[in-house]
Amino acid sequence: MLEYLYFPHDISTFGPQIDLIFEVIFWVVMVTWIAVTIAMAVFLVRYRHRPGRKATYIEGSTRLEIIWTTATAVIMIVLALASRSTWAFIKEQGPAGDVFYKVAGKQFNWEITYPGPDGQLGTADDVTVENDFHVPVNKVVRLELSSKDVIHSFYVPNMRLRQDAVPGRVIHVWFEATEIGQYEIPCSQLCGFGHSGMKGTLYVQSQEDYDKWLKDAYSNK
Amino acid sequence: MSTAAVAAPSAHAEHHELGFLRTYIFSTDHKMIGRQFLFMALFMMSIGGLMAMLMRWELAFPETAVPGFHWVPEPYMYDGAIPPNTYNSMFTMHATIMIFFVVMPILIGCFGNFLIPLMIGARDMAFPVLNMLSFWVGAVAGVIIISSFFVPGGPAAAGWTSYAPLSAVPVYTGVDWGQNLWCISLIVLGVSSLMGSINYITTVINMRTKGMTFFRMPLVIWSLFITAILLLLALPVLTTALALLLFDRMGGTHFFLPAGGGEPLLWQHLFWFFGHPEVYIMILPAMGMTSDILSTFSRKPIFGYRSMAYAMAAIAFLSWIVWGHHMFQSGMNPGLGTSFMLTTMVIGVPSAIKTFNWLGTLYKGDIHFTTAMLNALAFVAMFVIGGLSGIFMASTPVDMYIHDSYFIVAHIHYVLFGGSLFGVFGAITYWFPKMFGKMMNETLGKIHFWITFVAFNCTFFPMHILGMAGHMRRIYNPTQYDFLKPVQSINVFISISAFVLGAAQFILLANIIWSLAKGKKASENPWLANTLEWTAPSPPGHGNWPGALPQVYRGPYEYSSPEVAEDYLPQNRLLEGHIAVAD
Repeated sequence: MLEYLYFPHDISTFGPQIDLIFEVIFWVVMVTWIAVTIAMAVFLVRYRHRPGRKATYIEGSTRLEIIWTTATAVIMIVLALASRSTWAFIKEQGPAGDVFYKVAGKQFNWEITYPGPDGQLGTADDVTVENDFHVPVNKVVRLELSSKDVIHSFYVPNMRLRQDAVPGRVIHVWFEATEIGQYEIPCSQLCGFGHSGMKGTLYVQSQEDYDKWLKDAYSNK
Repeated sequence: MSTAAVAAPSAHAEHHELGFLRTYIFSTDHKMIGRQFLFMALFMMSIGGLMAMLMRWELAFPETAVPGFHWVPEPYMYDGAIPPNTYNSMFTMHATIMIFFVVMPILIGCFGNFLIPLMIGARDMAFPVLNMLSFWVGAVAGVIIISSFFVPGGPAAAGWTSYAPLSAVPVYTGVDWGQNLWCISLIVLGVSSLMGSINYITTVINMRTKGMTFFRMPLVIWSLFITAILLLLALPVLTTALALLLFDRMGGTHFFLPAGGGEPLLWQHLFWFFGHPEVYIMILPAMGMTSDILSTFSRKPIFGYRSMAYAMAAIAFLSWIVWGHHMFQSGMNPGLGTSFMLTTMVIGVPSAIKTFNWLGTLYKGDIHFTTAMLNALAFVAMFVIGGLSGIFMASTPVDMYIHDSYFIVAHIHYVLFGGSLFGVFGAITYWFPKMFGKMMNETLGKIHFWITFVAFNCTFFPMHILGMAGHMRRIYNPTQYDFLKPVQSINVFISISAFVLGAAQFILLANIIWSLAKGKKASENPWLANTLEWTAPSPPGHGNWPGALPQVYRGPYEYSSPEVAEDYLPQNRLLEGHIAVAD
């Protein structure tokens, strides 16, 4: 259904869970909205003023108050509980990483740091590239997200993924891309006059293509 | 204190003519101060609205010259084309002006001032001089914020939320004094708010007329009372945060700068600890006004009066423990996000209670479709959409996708424009006769309403779809992104609707001016309403009631009561056979 609502095509492993919660809320909201709107429209037509009619004196109904308070409370708490595990999976736990990167926001670029041939981040042979983020497909990617100046936000619409990059902090983010292709990584937190147009590209590649690209990147360093 | 002058029944008789200055400029009369706030806010609304129109032009037709704006000097515009930093200034100032200088002054400054003494049966506010000061300090804040348009570098460009470090270091935005003046203006405005809220709280607690118990107060007064308490507690938090920000900018401190050991998220915590109660500050009074208007024109008691009052109190209480939902993606501990999600979902409950009670009020009523009523009904219908769309971002995983997107922009405008502003339009029409002694033109009012209602929905409803497509807010040129290409035509549609929406507001302006000059003279109680303000002359003179203060015998919503033949029963009317005891 969501593709009809312009949702970008999802390529992450956790995206379908988010979309599902969105759909559940969507239908709860739609049913409520339509019911309320119809009730309102019916009341407005039926009880419109006509000469000679008088309103019925009703002050309220404790029974109704209890019913709609309880019903709303139950729905809201169920929605919160239904969201909880997905959130914890994406932001708190997540699977063990296969590949590791550092991503830093900087007015107005994303700096992507790849581990060098030694496979370790934070050593002298690391390679840093601006805005081009190459990852292998179907691998758990873990990145250390930070910022060098103001707050930016790492956002990949095609993965439903968003996380602010905050100066002075390292925030751990993970994802697993399931489809080969190129996807945009806009900055989604106002970061200055160059905010609009600050974007990187996520290249999801086959393992071979990825290895080849990384090798070229080392030799060009 | 001036209680003697305020409480004395003969105040009106003793009062002698004041000069022009004391009557219209430095007035201590709550009604004149209310009108002053109204006109200041309407003026500021034209500036805030203009900013919105320019933004919509940019989003629909990026980087093209805005017709008629070739005269704006560089670097603010280039032959009419808007550069990115000017665009950032525009959305910053649009929100700042609309929130702090339009919605708050109208709801609280104008209607709070005008209605509280008249509806509780008092001759004026508890502290009339403080009241005057509150307006004039607010006016100074307005002058400061306007002056920030004229300093080198232009006005603030870090968003109305002014997240540090972007806002804390001039070089990050390229704006120097504009941002300083933004901080100073809001600090000054905080002082004005503080004076107003103390005054409202004191007045409501101490100056209710004989028989006006708390549970006989109209819901407008409940809402303004609760709002004043929120203001009193919330604004100082903002003032503190602004002072720290100003120190960081000008004093070399590092409260929000990690380089010196500061914490950027501290700003967000302080800002939203103020900011979320602020959201309710801007909707509660409109809820109160809508309740009164709905009851009057349904000729029926408000459904569940007490639960309406309790729901507002519940909203006010819960508004203190939901601020973290603005920070789900900020890097705040995600476990904390889960608890804020739960409290946020729970705050939906009192909002739902209010909606169902409004529907209950219409049920079996005798509904009169006046302009005020149409606007109040629009408030309910639009608040339902704004409230329901809030559930999406309350859910932490869904928020991960729609945070900082146009879905949020749609949501806040459904609540703040669809809610608060339709409430304001209704309130202006409803209380205009009492304020100015003239009726507003109903035909113009209805034309204004229908165009605004349709254009509003055409402007803001499609923004939900933009948000679902992933459209970020606060971007200057959507065509820079490939994934947004399919929805650019929606942006064009939104902008055209927005221009119609903006233009329609001239009808309101024309109606106000025309009605002030040529409107039909208003009787004391043109809507046949129950509350006390309708027992005073239109407009009320100094001291509000020429004779003794009215005494109250019942609640405010006794419409179509079986006790009388007419379909209304004013609060102050003593029925035969009843004992004239006011408990």
